[in-house]
Amino acid sequence: MANTTNLDPTKTLHEIEEKFEMFQILNEEGKIVNEAAMPDLTDDELVELMSRMVYTRILDQRSISLNRQGRLGFYAPTAGQEASQLASQFALEKEDWILPGYRDVPQIVWHGLPLEKAFLFSRGHFVGNQVPEGVNVLAPQIIIGAQYIQTAGVALGLQKRGEKAVAVTYTGDGGSSQGDFYEGINFAGAFKSPAIFIVQNNQFAISTPRELQTAAKTIAQKGIAAGLPSVLVDGMDALAVYAVTKQARERAINGEGPTFIETMCYRYGPHTMAGDDPTRYRTSDIDSEWAKKDPLVRFRKFLEDKGLWTEEKENEVIERAKEEIKVAIKKADATPKQKVTELMDNMYKGDMPFNLKEQYEIYKEKESK
Amino acid sequence: MAQMTMIQAITDALRTELKNDENVLVFGEDVGVNGGVFRATDGLQKEFGVDRVFDTPLAESGIGGLAIGLSLTGFRPVPEIQFFGFVYEVMDSISGQLARMSYRSGGVYNAPVTIRSPFGGGVHTPEMHSDSLESLMTAQPGLTVVVPSTPYDAKGLLISSIRDDNPVIFLEHLKLYRSFREEVPEEEYTIPLGKADVKREGKDLTIIAYGLMVHESLKAAEELEKEGHAVEVIDLRTIQPLDIETIIASVKKTGRAIVVQEAQKQAGIAANVVTEITERAILHLEAPVLRVAAPDTVYPFPQAESVWLPNFKDVMETAKKVLEF
Repeated sequence: MANTTNLDPTKTLHEIEEKFEMFQILNEEGKIVNEAAMPDLTDDELVELMSRMVYTRILDQRSISLNRQGRLGFYAPTAGQEASQLASQFALEKEDWILPGYRDVPQIVWHGLPLEKAFLFSRGHFVGNQVPEGVNVLAPQIIIGAQYIQTAGVALGLQKRGEKAVAVTYTGDGGSSQGDFYEGINFAGAFKSPAIFIVQNNQFAISTPRELQTAAKTIAQKGIAAGLPSVLVDGMDALAVYAVTKQARERAINGEGPTFIETMCYRYGPHTMAGDDPTRYRTSDIDSEWAKKDPLVRFRKFLEDKGLWTEEKENEVIERAKEEIKVAIKKADATPKQKVTELMDNMYKGDMPFNLKEQYEIYKEKESK
Repeated sequence: MAQMTMIQAITDALRTELKNDENVLVFGEDVGVNGGVFRATDGLQKEFGVDRVFDTPLAESGIGGLAIGLSLTGFRPVPEIQFFGFVYEVMDSISGQLARMSYRSGGVYNAPVTIRSPFGGGVHTPEMHSDSLESLMTAQPGLTVVVPSTPYDAKGLLISSIRDDNPVIFLEHLKLYRSFREEVPEEEYTIPLGKADVKREGKDLTIIAYGLMVHESLKAAEELEKEGHAVEVIDLRTIQPLDIETIIASVKKTGRAIVVQEAQKQAGIAANVVTEITERAILHLEAPVLRVAAPDTVYPFPQAESVWLPNFKDVMETAKKVLEF
């Protein structure tokens, strides 16, 4: 009698893993390597996407320096992830919902959150989380994974309302280890809801490298287990990220259900500005290897070759970014200091419970002095 | 009027609100074709369709996230957590997310979600099904926590909970589901949240209880009456926020009080009531306010349940200590 079966589960695993080649349109040299997949973007749209990436790189640099001056609070740097963040948002429509993680402030800003609110969020002021009407975003999520299950809910809601809109959420390679990650993609899959789940695999969850998160060769393949069409995409390639997100959106609004996307990318900076030191867990070799893949460098090259981008144009965007950041910081500075009583006002819709009502009077008195 | 058990009254409340408001959605594990493991949603999927009453995958955290997301798109979700012992799996969605939704969005979003769940002991369930974990909920600002003790209250309170714009945790005692019937109007009615009910008037002692313990307290009160003590019994009905007015008015009248909870003594519902009484009415007290509660162990295996759970004899014993102080 044979002591093993003739079944080869390892073969099945390897077959699945080999299917996940990284999807790319624009290579590191700024050359189109996949002409057939080239998204249908006008010259103006291409320029707009580049402008947003340049703008957001400046926003990141200014945010880091404002944080160091003590003029911003919690901040998670974004440089390196511009293609992953902005090209995916660029594929959305106004009516779509974004449920961001804490590093995903740029997407909600480009989806309509005023910049001064992003700064107020960073400073820990509730006005930063007061989203204007018609801007379908949530405040950045702190509990890694919670946004995934909530996205399943928003997507189901859109589906029940018969709206032609999708719910898009982001987490990272670390987030893909959370239970809520699985529950979110599994629920959306089971209900066939219009959701797009994006994992921005920036290689490190604070300090823990991607290979310690999971034995899975790709994070993309995790979507397969939940029955979701899943994609591994070059997250430093704005055109590729845009194309896969656009396709996922079309599937979703056509009633074909959720899509799962892993964007392979890198964050140049620390995890957050609260004392993280990347030199403890990354070498400068890895940093410079990824710097060669930079999303702005290759897109700039691509646009220059097409005659759509110049140094003057870039400087113009940089100056505009700096000016708007200055104005937004002034607006944030001018926002009145928040009060404990205002926070109490926001706890409940309608009447406060008696205990809070009593405490309200105490804090009203304290704050009147 | 019809005679209904508590579970029938709950189904009736759900039916009423599914009819009244097309934004009401009922979902959870096995709530669809099966009608719920206790039949709380019996027949509702057939009546209102799979779009309004539906089964979910087996994952409590996912159910919590689903409820939050649906409420963001204007729905009024009424999810069921199959047993409240499973609540740990959904704690972030409840305490971390739902309870903070209005606060963290500066009032832009709110979460009109009512989470229903069976809790409490005395029916010989397997481990992790019967725990009285309500104090996990009352400790979280942002949540209203409701515990009905009768079929009539269950219907009126559940309708109020569903209509409330804040998240409500609605806890249904397992042993009360089918323990008795009473008259329940077939038409709709509401009972305000945060209002206790004086079940029985008396001048000598106030007993404050909720859930199954209301019935043990009433039984104790009847026995004590035979011994010449006029005992007032208050059913809290909502354990967060407490109905301080009703509690304090009663204590000022009787000068003596005990608080009865089925949960372990260290789970602080009773402790909270005692503190409110001492802070607000200490000069009216003739005796210390004592508690009747289960011992501070984890919920016992079924074979030890009958001794572990507080009963009317425990209530009488503590009541006498206070009456004779």
